[in-house]
Amino acid sequence: MNYVPNPPWVVRQMLDTIGAKNIEDLFADIPEALKLKRDLNLPRPQSEVELRRELAALAGRNLSADDRPCFLGAGAYDHYIPAAVEQLLLRSEFYTAYTPYQPELSQGVLQTIFEYQTMICNLTGMDLANASMYDGGSALAEACSLACDATRRRKILIPDTVHPRYLEVIRTYAMGGKMEIITVPGKDGVADPDAITSMIDSRTAAVVIQHPNFYGNLETALQQIEKAVHGVKGLLIMAVDPISLGLLKPPGAWGADIAVGEGQSLGNPLSFGGPYLGFFAATEQLMRRVPGRLVGETVDREGNRAFVLTLQAREQHIRREKAGSNICSNEALCALAATIYLTLVGREGLKEIARRCHQLACYAKQKLEQAGLKLKYQRPFFKEFAVTIPDPRAANAALLKEGIIGGYELDGALLLAFTEKRTCAEIDRLASVLGGIARE
Amino acid sequence: MSKLIFEKSVKGARAFTLPESDIPPEKVSEEIPADFLREEDPLLPEVSEVEAVRHFTALSQRSYGVDSGFYPLGSCTMKYNPKINEWAARLPGFAGIHPYQPEETVQGALELMYELEQMLCEITGMDSFTLQPAAGAHGEMTGAMIIKAYHNSRGDTKRTKMIVPDSAHGTNPATANMLGYKVIEVKSDERGLVDLEDLRALMSDEIAGLMLTNPNTLGLFEENIREIAAIVHDAGGLLYYDGANANAIIGIARPGDMGFDICHLNLHKTFGTPHGGGGPGSGPIGVKSFLADFLPVPVIEKHEGKYHLNYNRPLSIGKVHTFYGNFGVMVKAYTYIKALGSSGLKAVSQNAVLNANYLRTKLAGCYDIPYNRLCKHEFVASARKQKKEAGITALDVAKALIDRRCHPPTVYFPLIVEEALMIEPTETETRERLDAFIEAMLEIDREARENPERLKEAPHRAVIRRPDETGAARNPKLKWTPKD
Repeated sequence: MNYVPNPPWVVRQMLDTIGAKNIEDLFADIPEALKLKRDLNLPRPQSEVELRRELAALAGRNLSADDRPCFLGAGAYDHYIPAAVEQLLLRSEFYTAYTPYQPELSQGVLQTIFEYQTMICNLTGMDLANASMYDGGSALAEACSLACDATRRRKILIPDTVHPRYLEVIRTYAMGGKMEIITVPGKDGVADPDAITSMIDSRTAAVVIQHPNFYGNLETALQQIEKAVHGVKGLLIMAVDPISLGLLKPPGAWGADIAVGEGQSLGNPLSFGGPYLGFFAATEQLMRRVPGRLVGETVDREGNRAFVLTLQAREQHIRREKAGSNICSNEALCALAATIYLTLVGREGLKEIARRCHQLACYAKQKLEQAGLKLKYQRPFFKEFAVTIPDPRAANAALLKEGIIGGYELDGALLLAFTEKRTCAEIDRLASVLGGIARE
Repeated sequence: MSKLIFEKSVKGARAFTLPESDIPPEKVSEEIPADFLREEDPLLPEVSEVEAVRHFTALSQRSYGVDSGFYPLGSCTMKYNPKINEWAARLPGFAGIHPYQPEETVQGALELMYELEQMLCEITGMDSFTLQPAAGAHGEMTGAMIIKAYHNSRGDTKRTKMIVPDSAHGTNPATANMLGYKVIEVKSDERGLVDLEDLRALMSDEIAGLMLTNPNTLGLFEENIREIAAIVHDAGGLLYYDGANANAIIGIARPGDMGFDICHLNLHKTFGTPHGGGGPGSGPIGVKSFLADFLPVPVIEKHEGKYHLNYNRPLSIGKVHTFYGNFGVMVKAYTYIKALGSSGLKAVSQNAVLNANYLRTKLAGCYDIPYNRLCKHEFVASARKQKKEAGITALDVAKALIDRRCHPPTVYFPLIVEEALMIEPTETETRERLDAFIEAMLEIDREARENPERLKEAPHRAVIRRPDETGAARNPKLKWTPKD
């Protein structure tokens, strides 16, 4: 393939205009010793016909959750994506645009971001939301960093019921030196409120709670933790599943100062872990410290409604080494997917999807218990729970043999997720295979 | 006035419906304690499918992408995004796989990532790559973490400062700050290149490294790069390559051969993947072998024809992304590199540089070009002449271009050029498009002298006039609230 449009005779004339003998002349400023005097060792160029063949073959070597019932969750979920989401994302005025630096030419993109910010605020019950972060883990890490800046403290308390990969990302971000990450062992599948409150002190910048947590359980001591951390003027950071917010009380109502989460569930495909969508919402007090892009509504000089990137004095391109975050590119198109998704499912739809996920999970619990299995934690959950299995790896292999993508392997348990795409028939098969293993 | 989707809501209207539940009625249960339920439904739109589709279609028509026309946004490499790449990323075998599926069910995806890493190593002259960073700035951060981990692993903990040029992208100093480094600026010399004397004077055993873009943000190749590398290395520092401008040198020269120890690439710039209105991007980083142990986990390994994710890497900095990075973007970049091969990639850089020099030559009579000599993929013009003579600023020029259905260049960057217009045409523009842009720029210069007042009011033909940005920042309205 070749995407360079000028034919050789045009290139010749352009070189003449510049006053260059040949195209190599244009690289005369690169020292000879540094020039690559050979071809790059890459496969030969391919036509579209060949590319289609090769890419289809590579894709064909993967087992797609489109073709098999998928009970894997653990931070990425197989929710349904309405056809209109995929179609609208192909509008190339959206996907081939850059960050909307020039508002007069970008009102459409800016308005979609403004609508996205509004939807995230309404879902989370927070005052404001930014235009997006890389993913759930990095959004949470930036939230911890903001908490340290805002409180001028270092200590971040995190129960080990938070997604272990989120915890790893936070630890990596902590290399900057301003955060001290302390993990607090959970108890029976939830955060241990007594352990956490006993560690909260005047050096505590924030407590992080994931709700529902990594094990799918509702964090039942939220109120106690919120009181304790606010009692020392620290912040409460919550990581939440946006689908759950169709049903569950939002972080704003729990008193969270920052709410983040993985927004993949909102209209973005599984895509082997990315591109995903980190959403980031906060209270008004933190407005001038929020990382990333913010879109605001204003008027043009004739008084017409207009949208612009705003409060840019927070950001790296203005503030340089004094910026709180270095984020520049974000996940705008994934945020657009979420905006279109939430528009299509709407107010009633999101509630129904959340309720269906929960009902299917409850049904699965009954079926698994009838099949002789036990849930690892006897606790309220939303759409995901852990079921005790001595050899989870073998269980997954047995499920795969039956054409089922199983769960996330925990120590002595499988973490199973139930989206609205699952059916009772699929759950019955799951219970029957796992029940068979349990009886062996 | 453009209505928001919330303002188009009609109570009870809806698009999506769930399939009927197949749970037997006697088995339907819900077990969430009442305290945990929300009291009010979240305020989301209520619209039909057709109205939702029309709403977002109308918004797309109020936007502008590379497919709409010329987009010479400096340092952003707004090249054409081949459509086969979009097709590839949406294949169910790529888009439909869960990141935690058993390795044996995702061998095709792991092979693609492994091969992409190998190809990026060859293209840059580095020894190992990670694809995990989700954007250029994320790659910079990962690179800075590796610099820190390297010095720490040697017990060399007094290196608390990072050098960046005064022409650097804002992400460089912001990244260094995130890692707790004190930022030291090295000056540019009169030719727009790193001032070697200044660099020598700044180097010490407290310097962790130098972050450098090459070609730099003036579009000029740092000709003394080998000397720069020697100065940094002799003092024990590491040299970081910001790949924002890599579109100028693919197949021609490699960061690894110039003495860089770490480099990032922007797949969404150099390798043809779309910018999505601000993202997703992908910012893989490559390192020389002595730094490979510090790369994020997991790394992809190949044993006996099978691909594995290895998390067991004791010196690794850890993870910077929950999963493996922006896989969908990787599929597009892989397809792009496979389409072009060695000759095609070299032609990319040759034509990017040709187009930039063509524009520079033709605009030089009209606009000031402070460093007017052979440039690489971009150059920086200035509206300081127009400002002095007619009060027309770089911003006015940008807005006047919008009236001519052209995306403006990057303005007011780099900071070392006043009234900067940073112009990057990319290789995918025809001479006719370039000529139309030149004509527009010359016309704006004429209008600056003949009718400056009208120019200061531009744009006249866009969907809005200039917005009140000061008001937006003073009185931030960041979400819609219903009027009751």
